[in-house]
Amino acid sequence: MPGPENTLTHPALMTREARTPLLKRQHLLAIDDISPLEAISLLDLAERYVEVSRQTDKRQPVLQGRTQVNLFFEASTRTQSSFEIAGKRLGADVMNMAVATSSVSKGETLLDTAMTINAMQPDFLVVRHQSSGAAELLAQKVSCAVINAGDGQHEHPTQALLDALTIRRHKKGFEGLTVAICGDVLHSRVARSNIHLLNKLGARVRVVAPSTLLPSGIANFGVEVHRSMETGLRGADVVMMLRLQLERMTGAFVPSIREYYRFYSLNADTLKLAKPDAMVMHPGPMNRGIEIDSDVADGVQSVIREQVEMGVAVRMAVLDALSRNLPRGGYA
Amino acid sequence: MINPAKQNTRRRAYVNAEIVAPAQGLSGRGGILIEDGWILDVGPKVTRESVGAATVTDCRGLTLIPGLIDMRVFTGEPGMEYRETLASASEAAAAGGVTTMIVMPNTQPVIDDAAIVDFILRRARDTASVRVAPMAAITKGLGGELMTEIGLLKEAGAVAITEGTRAVANANVFRRALTYAKDFDQLVVQHVEEPTLSSGVMNAGEAASRLGLSGNPAMAEVIMLERDLRLVEMTGARYHASQVSSRLSVEVMRAAKARGLPVTCGVSIHHLVLNENDIGAYRSFFKLSPPLRAEDDRRTLVEAVADGTIDVIVSGHDPHSADTKRLPFAEAAYGAIGLETMLSAALGLHHNDGVPIARLVEAMSSKPAEILRLETGRLAPGAPADFAVVDRHLSWTVEKDGLRSRAKNSPFERRTLEGRAVETVVAGETVFAYA
Repeated sequence: MPGPENTLTHPALMTREARTPLLKRQHLLAIDDISPLEAISLLDLAERYVEVSRQTDKRQPVLQGRTQVNLFFEASTRTQSSFEIAGKRLGADVMNMAVATSSVSKGETLLDTAMTINAMQPDFLVVRHQSSGAAELLAQKVSCAVINAGDGQHEHPTQALLDALTIRRHKKGFEGLTVAICGDVLHSRVARSNIHLLNKLGARVRVVAPSTLLPSGIANFGVEVHRSMETGLRGADVVMMLRLQLERMTGAFVPSIREYYRFYSLNADTLKLAKPDAMVMHPGPMNRGIEIDSDVADGVQSVIREQVEMGVAVRMAVLDALSRNLPRGGYA
Repeated sequence: MINPAKQNTRRRAYVNAEIVAPAQGLSGRGGILIEDGWILDVGPKVTRESVGAATVTDCRGLTLIPGLIDMRVFTGEPGMEYRETLASASEAAAAGGVTTMIVMPNTQPVIDDAAIVDFILRRARDTASVRVAPMAAITKGLGGELMTEIGLLKEAGAVAITEGTRAVANANVFRRALTYAKDFDQLVVQHVEEPTLSSGVMNAGEAASRLGLSGNPAMAEVIMLERDLRLVEMTGARYHASQVSSRLSVEVMRAAKARGLPVTCGVSIHHLVLNENDIGAYRSFFKLSPPLRAEDDRRTLVEAVADGTIDVIVSGHDPHSADTKRLPFAEAAYGAIGLETMLSAALGLHHNDGVPIARLVEAMSSKPAEILRLETGRLAPGAPADFAVVDRHLSWTVEKDGLRSRAKNSPFERRTLEGRAVETVVAGETVFAYA
C-alpha cells in the first residue's frame, strides 16, 4: 500500500486508485501474459504520463530511491533512451550497462551477468537480448521486476503498448478497426506483440508480406494473411510498416531492394488503398525509400514521431505499475 | 505475350486437312481460316466453299496441328552466338513445326534480371521467325544461393523460373524460392538431378562399366524429385520437373499426381527414342543430362507419355560445336540439338510404339501452353494463328548440312525418320515450307 514517500504532484495522479496494483505479475515479459483489462489500465495510466511529459517540470517521484538497470545486449538507440528518460522522470536511479565493453564480451554467461547485477539490488531490470526467451530466463533467476525490451523474435511488449496508445488517441477505440501490419513479420517481435495486443483490444489485424517473411502458422494468431499490398491495405484504418533488415533483402528472404520496393513498400500510391484517414506507423528506425517512402513517412497521415513520444509515457506507466508490486523492504 | 517476328494480315485458309487439336476436341477433316495473325474459325465447317475471298491452301489430307511449344531450348544468345542465335534456332524450330521456343536462362549473362528478359524478347521480335519466351533463373547468376527478382522477372515476361542445366541443391534456398514464387503464381522448373550423386557421364550400369565411363544413377534423379515434391507439398508452389529419364521417376510422379500435388513433368524426345546402348563407340552427341537410360526405362517413359503421367515432350535443344563436343566422351559437353527433329522423332513413337498421335500433339502444344499459361498451342477462334501442316509419312534423312541449326550435334545424324512438318505458320505468316 502507498507510503508517505510517494508524493504525487500532478493532479491527474493524485487519486486514490493511483497507487493500487494494476498488474497481476511481477514482470512485464510478454503481451501474451497480460489481460485486456490490464492493457487498458496501462494505457489509461500512460495517458496521464503524456500530460506529465508535456509539462515544464516532468518529474514524478514515484520511483524515488528505486534503481533501474538497462541491460541491452543488442544495440538500440530509441528504446534504451526512452526507458532511461522514463525512469529518470519517475525519479529512479538509472544505470545503462554497456554490454559491449562489459564482462559479457569476456565470455560471461547471461545468467552470471544477471546474478551479478541482481546482487546489487536493483528494482528494475530492463532487458533487450537477441535470443527469444532471454527475458523469461532472467525473470526466473532475479528478484527484481524484469521488463522485456525486446527478446529475439518473440515479443516487444512496450512497443505494442505505445502503438496501441497512439492508435487509441487518434481512433478513440479499437472495436472495428482494421490494422494492417506490413513487412518482415517473420523476424519481428514488434509484429508478434502488436498482433497479440490489438487482438485483445478488439481490432481486426491483418499481416501483409511475401510468404517468405511470414512465420508458419501465422493464420492461427488470429490474423488475416495477405500476400499483396493491394488486398492487404484495402480499407485499413491503420497501416503499420515494419523495418526490413538490409541483410534479409538481397536474395535470402526477398530478392532485392528494388523488388521489395515495387511490391511491398508503402508509398503515396499504395497508401491510397487504405482509408483516407488511415494512420501510418513505423516502429523505427526506418529504411526510407525501401519499406516506406519519405513523403508518406513525413506526410499528414504519419504518426511516427508521436509514437516515440508515446513510448516514454507508456514506459513510465509500465515502471509505475510494476513498482506497485515491488516489496517495500529489501530483497531476499 | 510473346512477340511474333512477323505478322501476315491477309485472310487465308487451309482446307481439306486432317485436324488434330486434342485440347479443342478436334480430330478429322476440316480447315482453318485466319486473318491478321489470328484464327477466325477452325473445324469441319471451314471448306474451300465457306471461306469466300480468302487465299486457300488445299492440304490434300495432310495433318494440321497446333504449332508446337518446346519448353526446353538453349541458344547461345546472348554470349555464345557462335553456337546458336535466337534467329538460327528459330529457323530450326520452324522447320520442325515448333512455333514457340521457351529459352533457358543459361546464357552469358544469365537471364536473372528483368533487363535481360527484355533483351531476349526484343531480339526475338527483331530477328526470330517463331515466338520466343524466356525462363529466368531461380538464383542470381545460377549460383544456387540468392533468389532472383521473381516478381519483376515475371512482369518483364519470364514465363517460369529454372536453373536450366542444374538443380537448386540447397533445400532451404529452394524452399524459399518456391514459397516466394507461389505469391507471384510463378511456375518453378527444376532440373532434377542431385548434384552430389550425378558426377557420372552416362547412365550407371553395365554399359557404363564396359565402356569404362563413370555412371550417373537414376537414384540421383529420384532423390531430387522426391525432395522437391516434399517441398512442393509444404509450400503449394507450381512445380515442373523439366526432364524425367527413369522408370523410378515415373512412379514417383504418378504417385505425386494421385496425391493432388500441383506438379507436372517433361521428358526429352531423346530419352523416348534412344537408350544408353546408342552411345556405341563413345559418340558424344549421345551424351545428355540426364543421361540416356536403359531400354526398360525408355519403354516406361513412352508408356508414361501415352497415359499422361509425363505431361510434355521437349527437344532439350542444346547446340554445341566441335570445341565442346569433339572430345573424349568424358570431357565432352552434355547436350544435343533437337528442335528440327522433335516432331519427326515423336511421330516415330506413333508409328513404332503406338502412342496416339493426339496425345503426342497435346504433349508438345496444348499441355505446355497450359503449364506456362500461354495463349498459343491451341486451334480455336481468337487464338494466335500458329500451326503446322504435317505429312505423317514423308520419309527424310537427317543430314548434317541440311540442318538449320548453327550447331550440328544431332544424335539423329544420317538416320531416316518418318514424318515431318511441311509448312509452319506463325502469327499467320508462313515461316517454313518444305521444298
